[in-house]
Amino acid sequence: MAAFETPALGEYPVIPLVRVGAMAHSKPFVAKAEFQKPLGFPGELVPDWEKVAVTKLGELVSQSRALQVFLDSCVKCGACTDKCHYYLGTSDPKNMPVARQDLLRSVYRRYYTFAGKHFPKLVGARDMTREVLDDWYSYFHQCSQCRRCSVFCPYGIDTAEISMAARDIMDSVGLGQKYSNEIIGKVHKIGNNLGLPGPALRNTLDGLEEDVKEATGVDVRFPLDQKGAEVLLVTPSADFFAEPHIDGLIGYAKVLHAAGISWTLSSHASEAANFSLFIGNHDNLQKVAGRIREAALDLGVKRIVVGECGHAWRVAYSFWNTLIGPFDFLDPRYPAPQHICEVTHDLIRRGALTLDKSANDDKVVTFHDSCNVSRGSRMGDMPGGQFVIPREIIRACVNKFVDMAPETIGETTFCCGGGGGLLTDDLIELRVKGAAPRMQALQQVVEEHGVNYMAAICAICKSQFTKVLPYYQHPMDMIGSVHGLVSSAIVLGPKQ
Amino acid sequence: MSALTVLYALLFYAATAILVGGVAYQSWVYARTPQPLKIPIPPAPTTRQGVVLRMLVEVTLFRSLFRSNKWIWLFGWIFHVALLAALLRHLRYFTEPVWAWVALIQPAGLYAGFVMLAGLAGLWARRFLVDRVRYISSPSDHLMLALLAAIAASGLAMKYLAHTDIVALKAFFLGLMAFDWQELPADPVLLVHLALVAALMIVFPLSKLLHAPGVFFSPSLNQVDDARERRHAAGWSARISHAGRARGG
Repeated sequence: MAAFETPALGEYPVIPLVRVGAMAHSKPFVAKAEFQKPLGFPGELVPDWEKVAVTKLGELVSQSRALQVFLDSCVKCGACTDKCHYYLGTSDPKNMPVARQDLLRSVYRRYYTFAGKHFPKLVGARDMTREVLDDWYSYFHQCSQCRRCSVFCPYGIDTAEISMAARDIMDSVGLGQKYSNEIIGKVHKIGNNLGLPGPALRNTLDGLEEDVKEATGVDVRFPLDQKGAEVLLVTPSADFFAEPHIDGLIGYAKVLHAAGISWTLSSHASEAANFSLFIGNHDNLQKVAGRIREAALDLGVKRIVVGECGHAWRVAYSFWNTLIGPFDFLDPRYPAPQHICEVTHDLIRRGALTLDKSANDDKVVTFHDSCNVSRGSRMGDMPGGQFVIPREIIRACVNKFVDMAPETIGETTFCCGGGGGLLTDDLIELRVKGAAPRMQALQQVVEEHGVNYMAAICAICKSQFTKVLPYYQHPMDMIGSVHGLVSSAIVLGPKQ
Repeated sequence: MSALTVLYALLFYAATAILVGGVAYQSWVYARTPQPLKIPIPPAPTTRQGVVLRMLVEVTLFRSLFRSNKWIWLFGWIFHVALLAALLRHLRYFTEPVWAWVALIQPAGLYAGFVMLAGLAGLWARRFLVDRVRYISSPSDHLMLALLAAIAASGLAMKYLAHTDIVALKAFFLGLMAFDWQELPADPVLLVHLALVAALMIVFPLSKLLHAPGVFFSPSLNQVDDARERRHAAGWSARISHAGRARGG
């Protein structure tokens, strides 16, 4: 890995001039056959791969109205060109959403449109060549599928859909990304991204019970595979181990304990994350999600609650009903599935939790809206609930809260720079540079309001910022879980 | 009947067939292609009526574009509105008697020609001046602007520089519509104007101009945000079945 420079943050954000090829060297490790096969993909580049890729492209387009419309409708107006955090952080023009789409659109045009078949030069159509494939591999792994560009597109063209399709095509010809595919394989085999088997998980949870008992004097349980529990909690496996994720998990447990809700984790479905979304493969998407349906039925729960994980919540909120529904076996009085923030928010509103804000008085807090929660899902019963609910929880737990600049939060939030299957050390340069727009906005509230804590509800965001914050001279523990704040503020024991 | 008249008559029949047939075909392709998953861009409406309103605001005011970039919005929006006004003004060549409201908007439609050119000039300037937009522009993007600008300019030229016999022109088009061909005035500017318009009609369904029907089919804009309330299924997602289903009862 060549040395690289962390982007310098000026006083205000600047749209950089185009620097062709600035990130052409960025490529994640390629998946070996052992990581390809369990997902149903060829182990290496298949003979005749050009033809296979073009055929697969045609299939995908005919199966997705989104792709069909998005590939035809772009007018190259340029509205999206300065909206991607990777373009803003790297200046590489192929990181402009329209240019990224064009990597695939040029091939689509060549083989599937009249203009591209007969006048390729005129409309920028290209043959499927090794050079094109290499470009795809590099630049479709410089998209975190955060959908920010689509908010600004007059036709709602979503680069995430195109980047998912491109990755699916690459997998189908045997060119997969190691990071995502290895992880998906672990979920198929063991049930979570970490490859953590049931007994080890029980062990970890026992440790947590002891820690919480020691800190609070209260017996807060972390149940596993408990049949007949009311709630099945499905959370990203990072919550079991990583900092600051684990504070979030402790927070969920305390909330459910305080509310007297019986709950359980599942060793069969010990993972909320579903990286199949990132590689755009619906067979794997459905298979990974299927474990949760199986666990819910097996344990006989009445509700499914999802922990703090951005893309997992997108899959859960937007896709689960389609993939593993209908949820006619769950209690119809609750949304299925429900986000842990919805649960906590509802309990706070009903006065069911005792929260001592002063416990967080050492913190000045801001909130990073995670892309997949903001632009791939919703919470509560009104549009935009996913922005309101986490903030109301934070405000109930802390005295000092400020938001970052409005164009960098809500539905126009900037991705952390590590989403979409890019949270791997072989892409560290991309991750650091892609975080620049978020760091710019953070810097401003640090200087103006003394912010020293950025809360998030996404495991990837938390891991990414832990790694990237030090590059921008912030302490790595500045990032935390929303339920970490709840955990500090909540007063357990009989209500006073 | 001059050869020119025959040529243009046939050209316009062909162009109309390609425009109408092509757009209808493409719309049918969009309509028939399933959208297996829910992907509305939040904050998305939670009701059908909400979606209609969202789409209406999007296609009349270009809301997303406005949020995105005020210059592109300004040039793009005035171009489209002016184009619409100019098109409506031209209805007078196809209706007899001319509808009252078409007569009423004639002056506005005339200014629209200039506004259209101004909008196109702004959009075109961006393709040269903004390095990001320069990078993404292909020859066809420039040609499309050139085509539209030439149509507007040749139209204005007939009004201000070289008048044509519009009474005969109207007879030609009414004749085309009634399959009772009339002689077309052989003015060079008119012939250029008409040839360019026919070219635009022909490339419409073969080019990025498909954004016009496309926007209405865009799932990120036209889906209702009700994934938890209503089980969505289409295409491959409609073929999902669960092995564990029986257990649930």
